[in-house]
Amino acid sequence: MPDSKPVYLDHAATTPVDPRVLQAMLPFFRERYGNPSSLHRYGQQAEAAVERARKAVAAVLACRPAEVLFTSCATESDNLALRGAAWAARSQRGARRIITTPVEHHAVLHTAMQLAADFDFELDLLPVDEYGMVAPSTLASRLDQDVALVSIIYANNEIGTINPIPELAALCRQRAIPFHTDAVQAAGQLTLNVDELQVDMLSLGAHKFYGPKGIGVLYVREGTPLQPAQTGGGQEFGLRAGTHNVPLIVGLAEALRLAADERDRHVAHYADLRDAIVSGVIEHIPQVRLTGHPEKRMANHASFVMRGVDGNHLLAALDAAGFACSSGSACKTGNPEPSDVLLTLGISHEWALGSLRVTVGRDTCSADVERFLAVLPDLVQRIRSLGRQEEV
Amino acid sequence: MPRRRVAVAMSGGVDSSVAAALLVEGGEQVLGVMMRLWSPNRDRANRCCSPDDMARARQIAAQLGIPFYVVDAQRPFKNRVVDPFAAAYASGLTPNPCIECNRHVRWTFLLQYAETLGATHLATGHYARLHFESGRYHLLRSVDRHKDQSYVLSMLSQEQLARALFPLGELTKREVRRLAHEFGLEVADRPDSQDLCFAINGDYRSLLKELGVPLPPPGEIVDPTGRVLGHHQGLAFYTIGQRKGLGIAARHPLYVLVKDVEQNRLVVGPRHALARHRFDIAHTNWILGGPPREGEPVTVRVRYRASEVPCRVRRLAADRARIELSDPLYDVTPGQAAVFYAGEECLGMGIITS
Repeated sequence: MPDSKPVYLDHAATTPVDPRVLQAMLPFFRERYGNPSSLHRYGQQAEAAVERARKAVAAVLACRPAEVLFTSCATESDNLALRGAAWAARSQRGARRIITTPVEHHAVLHTAMQLAADFDFELDLLPVDEYGMVAPSTLASRLDQDVALVSIIYANNEIGTINPIPELAALCRQRAIPFHTDAVQAAGQLTLNVDELQVDMLSLGAHKFYGPKGIGVLYVREGTPLQPAQTGGGQEFGLRAGTHNVPLIVGLAEALRLAADERDRHVAHYADLRDAIVSGVIEHIPQVRLTGHPEKRMANHASFVMRGVDGNHLLAALDAAGFACSSGSACKTGNPEPSDVLLTLGISHEWALGSLRVTVGRDTCSADVERFLAVLPDLVQRIRSLGRQEEV
Repeated sequence: MPRRRVAVAMSGGVDSSVAAALLVEGGEQVLGVMMRLWSPNRDRANRCCSPDDMARARQIAAQLGIPFYVVDAQRPFKNRVVDPFAAAYASGLTPNPCIECNRHVRWTFLLQYAETLGATHLATGHYARLHFESGRYHLLRSVDRHKDQSYVLSMLSQEQLARALFPLGELTKREVRRLAHEFGLEVADRPDSQDLCFAINGDYRSLLKELGVPLPPPGEIVDPTGRVLGHHQGLAFYTIGQRKGLGIAARHPLYVLVKDVEQNRLVVGPRHALARHRFDIAHTNWILGGPPREGEPVTVRVRYRASEVPCRVRRLAADRARIELSDPLYDVTPGQAAVFYAGEECLGMGIITS
């Protein structure tokens, strides 16, 4: 309960809406509220806004506008990519195997698990290294014509590791196997050029790059076999039915445009702050380890595990001290389980329960980081000593 | 002096919600905490902290504009309350786990946890009062005699009382309900439960099984002369003074008099044989630092809801005492807490040993 304003260090969870994005959205709530599917001028005006937005997104992805689908969020994009591509691959070529990784966001992993459990697909989880990274040679050894699709996360939300997407996707491209990537964390910091990335499908969610919540994109390369997962009025080229959320679509496009334009400046700012956090934590806290790749990681992302620390207790204590952070196993019901991702990396239960994720943003300043580093070691020490006392 | 910051232990019920609201209204810096306690059934939360209760407490906290955190207290609760309870219970005692929960979990673990959140005090919705005089904290009964909960707070030390706040102590339950209404708090009026929060439907047998505590063996039921009258299911499943469920047909009602652990025998007899004029206590806690002075008029309560009777306290050792009663009691039960009062003031407690 600090007297000063709290410091938000959880930008991987969500970001505030950029004021310029908000301004771009506002007219579409009250003045230009038409339904893009309507014939009249209200509808035409709204349709024009959606198509302008589609073009703006396509410009950032270096794709054609018709390859951009608007969805309600990145989770829906992941669901559509996996279900739609898996069903299409089976009906067109009888392929039954879905290849993904054990460190995916649940939007991908649980969708793949459901396809395996209830729709008779086979789940093939690729091994990852200690940083959560997939080696192209590992993927190459698993590819054959029974593979319906491959989905590999671009940048990991829990540990910040960046996968070599161009190399991985190229292997699939050579074999005409659809490749999807969840680029939710990558957006705003890494290239989203789909030709450089060589991906067939890519998911985005606007609220991770200073856009509104409740709106996402699925890029689908022309010619990628995909069946709709949500049917209805035929919007979005028949692949995603439902009335267009015009203000949020406009907001997503504006946020993505701004994020791409200003990317270099933000990334440099993030990396300075992140490096200060990583070195400060490693230096001042005993029994702590960086999780994820030391170099090939998101510029704004610092993540750790600490031995013998109740991670949820640490998050509560940090919040009470004025710092909003996260962990891989955030639990609001007091019954913590370590994150599957951390356990997959070979981190023991005792360390994995003490996870902490610190993600900086545009408004984070070095004074915030200094204040954070000034309180963290003492909190960790006190939480550890209370934990030890209860080990009877 | 730094401003005090109060953590309030919330349960989603009316009392703790009103306690939190009163603190906020009084201009305190408040944060809400709620403990998740251990439950024998992994798929079912402890009755005290079900998902519904947590959601309700979270809602109340949001309504009051205070932060709210759920505290994982499963390990301290299991280690310091459930396991000792099961061991004592299986050995024939009738322990009161709520006393140990308050001592070790709420007023030790949770208090220390709250301190790591920057809190200087811990408030609860208990009905009791605190009074500071001559450098010491005095624990007083609540104004509402029916709701008074000083019994379960009688094990607190001066250090713990210095950090405690009981915002409801001056109020009656009626007033608390009225306040809940005035504050616009939507809190359910749940009936108070008599079962232990961690024994589902009072099923101690399956609790012991789950904990891996050997079930107490069956044995003989005898009268005070040693004559065998029947068989018992295991001493743990009977309490002193119990009349029903003995499975013996007799002309006069028979009561459990003694649980003879050494011979695994349950001794039964007529009610007058239950009468006790004195008993011993151990693990004493005297809130003001020592036992009452000889001759000071003191009353004792040997169970949470028992009536009080006059007594004399004779110190036997640093943490032991002998209690002498002018009028006999019929429900003195080893393992239960004997709590002492002088007028409005709760003097402390001890665990009945014999």
